[in-house]
Amino acid sequence: MAELLAKTPCSGLVPVTHGAVTLDEVAVGPITSLAPYRGQRAALSSALTETVGLGWPEPGRSTANGDARLVWTGRDQAFLLGAAPDARLGDFAAITDQSDGWAVLRIAGAGVEDVLARLMPIDLAPDRFAPGHAARTLCGHMTVSVLRLDTQAVQIMGFRSMAGTLVHELETAMAAVEARARLP
Amino acid sequence: MRIDGKGRIDRSKKISFRFDGFEYKGFSGDTLASALMGSGVRVMGRSFKYHRPRGVLTAGSEEPNALVTVRSGARTDPNTRATTQELYDGLEAVSQNRWPSLGFDLLAMNNLAAPFLGAGFYYKTFMWPKAFWERVYEPFIRRAAGLGALSGEPVDEHYEKAFAFCDVLVIGGGPAGLMAALTAGRVGANVILCNEDSEFGGNLLSEDEKIDGQDGAFWARSVIDELRAMPNVRLMARTTVTGAYDQGTFGALERVSQHVADPAGAPVECFWRIAAQRAVLCAGALERPIAFRDNDRPGVMLAGAARAYLNRWGVTPGQSVAVFANNDAAHKTARDMAAAGLHVAALIDSRTDARPGADVPFHAGAQVTRAFGSKGLEAIAVRAADGHEERFHVDALAVSGGWNPSLHLTCHTGARPVWDDDIAAFVPRPEAVPGLTVAGAARGIFDTSGCLRDGAEAGRAAAEALGLKARLPDLPDAEDAPYRIRRLWAVPGKGRAWLDFQNDVTVKDVQQAARENYRSVEHMKRYTTQGMATDQGKSSNVAALAILADATGRDIPETGTTTFRPPYHPIAIAAMGAGAQGVGFAPQRFTTSHKASVERGAPMIEAGLWYRPSYFPRPGETTWRQSCDREVAMVRETVGICDVSTLGKIDLQGADVGAFLDFVYCNTFSTLKPGRVRYGLMLREDGHVMDDGTTARLSDNQWVMTTTTAAAGEVMMHLEWVHQAFCREMDVRFISVTEQWAQFAVAGPKSRDLLNGLLDAPIDDAAFPFMQCGPVSVMGVAARLFRISFSGEHAYELAVPSRYGDSLFRELLARAEAMEGGAYGMEALNVLRIEKGHITHSEIHGRTTAFDIGFARMVSAKKDCIGKVMAARPGLQDAAREQLVGLRPVKAQARLLAGGHLFRPDEAPVRENDQGYITSVGFSPTLGEARALGFLQNGRARHGEEVKMVDHMRGVETLCEVCDPVAFDSDGGRLRG
Repeated sequence: MAELLAKTPCSGLVPVTHGAVTLDEVAVGPITSLAPYRGQRAALSSALTETVGLGWPEPGRSTANGDARLVWTGRDQAFLLGAAPDARLGDFAAITDQSDGWAVLRIAGAGVEDVLARLMPIDLAPDRFAPGHAARTLCGHMTVSVLRLDTQAVQIMGFRSMAGTLVHELETAMAAVEARARLP
Repeated sequence: MRIDGKGRIDRSKKISFRFDGFEYKGFSGDTLASALMGSGVRVMGRSFKYHRPRGVLTAGSEEPNALVTVRSGARTDPNTRATTQELYDGLEAVSQNRWPSLGFDLLAMNNLAAPFLGAGFYYKTFMWPKAFWERVYEPFIRRAAGLGALSGEPVDEHYEKAFAFCDVLVIGGGPAGLMAALTAGRVGANVILCNEDSEFGGNLLSEDEKIDGQDGAFWARSVIDELRAMPNVRLMARTTVTGAYDQGTFGALERVSQHVADPAGAPVECFWRIAAQRAVLCAGALERPIAFRDNDRPGVMLAGAARAYLNRWGVTPGQSVAVFANNDAAHKTARDMAAAGLHVAALIDSRTDARPGADVPFHAGAQVTRAFGSKGLEAIAVRAADGHEERFHVDALAVSGGWNPSLHLTCHTGARPVWDDDIAAFVPRPEAVPGLTVAGAARGIFDTSGCLRDGAEAGRAAAEALGLKARLPDLPDAEDAPYRIRRLWAVPGKGRAWLDFQNDVTVKDVQQAARENYRSVEHMKRYTTQGMATDQGKSSNVAALAILADATGRDIPETGTTTFRPPYHPIAIAAMGAGAQGVGFAPQRFTTSHKASVERGAPMIEAGLWYRPSYFPRPGETTWRQSCDREVAMVRETVGICDVSTLGKIDLQGADVGAFLDFVYCNTFSTLKPGRVRYGLMLREDGHVMDDGTTARLSDNQWVMTTTTAAAGEVMMHLEWVHQAFCREMDVRFISVTEQWAQFAVAGPKSRDLLNGLLDAPIDDAAFPFMQCGPVSVMGVAARLFRISFSGEHAYELAVPSRYGDSLFRELLARAEAMEGGAYGMEALNVLRIEKGHITHSEIHGRTTAFDIGFARMVSAKKDCIGKVMAARPGLQDAAREQLVGLRPVKAQARLLAGGHLFRPDEAPVRENDQGYITSVGFSPTLGEARALGFLQNGRARHGEEVKMVDHMRGVETLCEVCDPVAFDSDGGRLRG
């Protein structure tokens, strides 16, 4: 029997480079949303520490252990990236597979904040949105989850169905910032 | 003309440009206005109403006269101020509001008709005959009185929006602004310094003035160098802060590439939203003219502007000049012009006790009463203190009626300015905008030394408010001459003395408004149109209200100002709406099957943000109906495939999901067994239907709810609201999984056969009856299968993780086609559901209740739910309400139209007799006739009756028979089969 072939959300759309900034898709592995049940946050946090070595993140933050990350995504909600959730976590939290729902992009290079300032209404300066900081915000007309990876790289997660628009918006901003730098 | 040795332009770089088709030369550093002045061009525009020739009045963005259109084609940019347009090689500009040419303008005859075109002329002259307004007067006025025009071509340039954040926003890069930025920047505050001009320095660029013994402009450059080296300071040149909004937010317009011939992909303008903890307004001041007869002749300009043209650009509006002022500051113009070797014929000061500030012929207590010349100033008449009149032949006159602080931003959140009699001007009200302080000329401090100190203190205060320890930098030595002024708004006399140059408003117009009882400043403004042009009366507002005060016997503070509103100066809609052109208007949502559908030629229709295939044309099919009919028959006879991923999917987990759903849905869900699916109806709090869909219980703990495509977001918000507002104690967690799953309807008699070819373990009716759900394995991939049906056929929905969506869709199509089935689109889906009487948001459109759609019995009596109480209101249970019915045409070929209204056959089709309307229509190939769903008064009791459909808009009338909404397979045998 034939096989079902997997396609990533941004296949054929990236990588894109303008000037010093590059946009590419990231294979983060499994994505799982975790939402602790009533009164179970502390228990979930210990279970997470035990199973994947990650504590529950504060609002606007993420925790990391190797390739595994736990990124705050909303009230009583975080996404576990890069590690499969242990079944025991289900005792403390709603666990939902989101691996196929999100287009995960990495935008990196000197001046990446200038590009994102065209689209995101939040302060992304490296000293205020430092590595490990996370936010839910807008990218143009779309809602996204943003994570600072390092001083020159930001991860953007948007809806899979909007991957085309997301890449288009980012690419337009990248090209404009590059063109601006060439002006006298 | 140019003056050798003067100015801060780069004379080594010559620049060619064109104005009205003629080629001119200028230098790097010129504006269009300075280059034209340097080339001896005096007339730069025609006035709005009377088409009077006008020259440049100012040297900044407040310019009312020198408006031109730059560039051409789609890049045409009308109403560009020549005073701010930087010169570049190849710049093309044309004058506006003249016909056929700037030198000879036929519409200048308006000027002769001036007695009929005074204040309020719109309201008086064009009142009758009534029909003439739209057909005659308005088109004529629009042609005669106008500004530049857009090209009419779509914009192919890039505009941009952006966001910025800072601790301290400094607005204006003059002496005060530079010191404020320096003081706050040196102690580590994150500073943004916005400067409207391309060069920083403000007034220092225009004056011949020393700071710490060096040229003021050089000093400014050294400060900028220091600021540029600070990583915490961001310099934004060519950026005008246009509005002050709540909570420290400011709007700003950056002119990004208007100073180059080819932007090469860079945006034209960028509209910034800047969020600042603190702001310091150092916007300087704007000079105002004195009105006298024919004071609008080209060559009459503001004294400060004349100094700027001389000192910054090395040009002069004339060889023989005079200065007319009511303050000491303007004497500097006479001084600088004489020093530059120009003939200064007279320095005229209206104050009898004034002392000359320049070694030129001086006339204290004198006034200019008239200007002569038409396309350029030739002479002025001066009335001396003793009353005798004298004429001076001059080709330029520099006028100053004093300075108005640029306090506009302080009024944007509602505060009114305060009158300061000492400087005869309005000054900002303290604390007018929370977090914003004002420094320098913007609050009436007009000497450079005072501005430097005031800016530094404001910078320190801003830094300290942020908790930083700041100290004042050493203050450099600078000019500290006091500003002395005595009010003079207009020189009395005959003729027209101009106040608002851009809208052609005279002193008499304002006085006439007062006489006709338009005594409020807001009424005067609207009656005369003073201050209503693109310059918003920057150089005329204060004089106009002072004259109004005088005419009404009140003082100025009592008269007050009109309201200052953002933006400070015009902003192109293209900048505010940047990014929203074309497809940028809204995100596009594509299903995983999008590519395969487009490859098959399917036209897309939009469903919210989603794109869904309308139908899948096959060779030989020339109309959508042919494809649609075939697809409907295919589903009814073999098997059809449809991507239904766009429906909202919400994953719910927790011990209390059942109870939560009981409260959200009007019917009961807590009794649903794992592995089963149930249809549910959701009400709004007001008792009307909100949405419908199915919810499957995947396991004891996990449920998945589906919503309609249109209401997916709304239902998610609704669930959050219900949970947070009413059910906080319930242990429920939910999250959208719409994007996670690609889901396909497999519908038709052969659907199970098709699936059993794909599934790793085949299913049968016993294991998978109607409304069953469960995990399956599709070609090795873990999937979910739901036996549900919107078409009324034996049907399933198969969901796989989205990464496999494209591949699975192609596989399903290949298999369906091998069984004489295939893909079906939205048109066929719609017909199938109309045949079955299934509702969509065409029926549950927000004004219908469960009762109306015949689902009243679904509202469980055993439990409470959102909307239950309100749905029970008597008005919502009335038998006379419009109820869901099916409709068929009495004559087979007659048309049914969605939107048509229903009447009794014997009654006139007028509003009073309206009995209902049609919501959905489709041609049913199964039944061989059109079928509609609609709402009819007491409709459920009227099956079999005839009603008349009238579509007034399309002029169609059709006799219909009322029938059951379910037109096909009413016992549901097919979907269980």
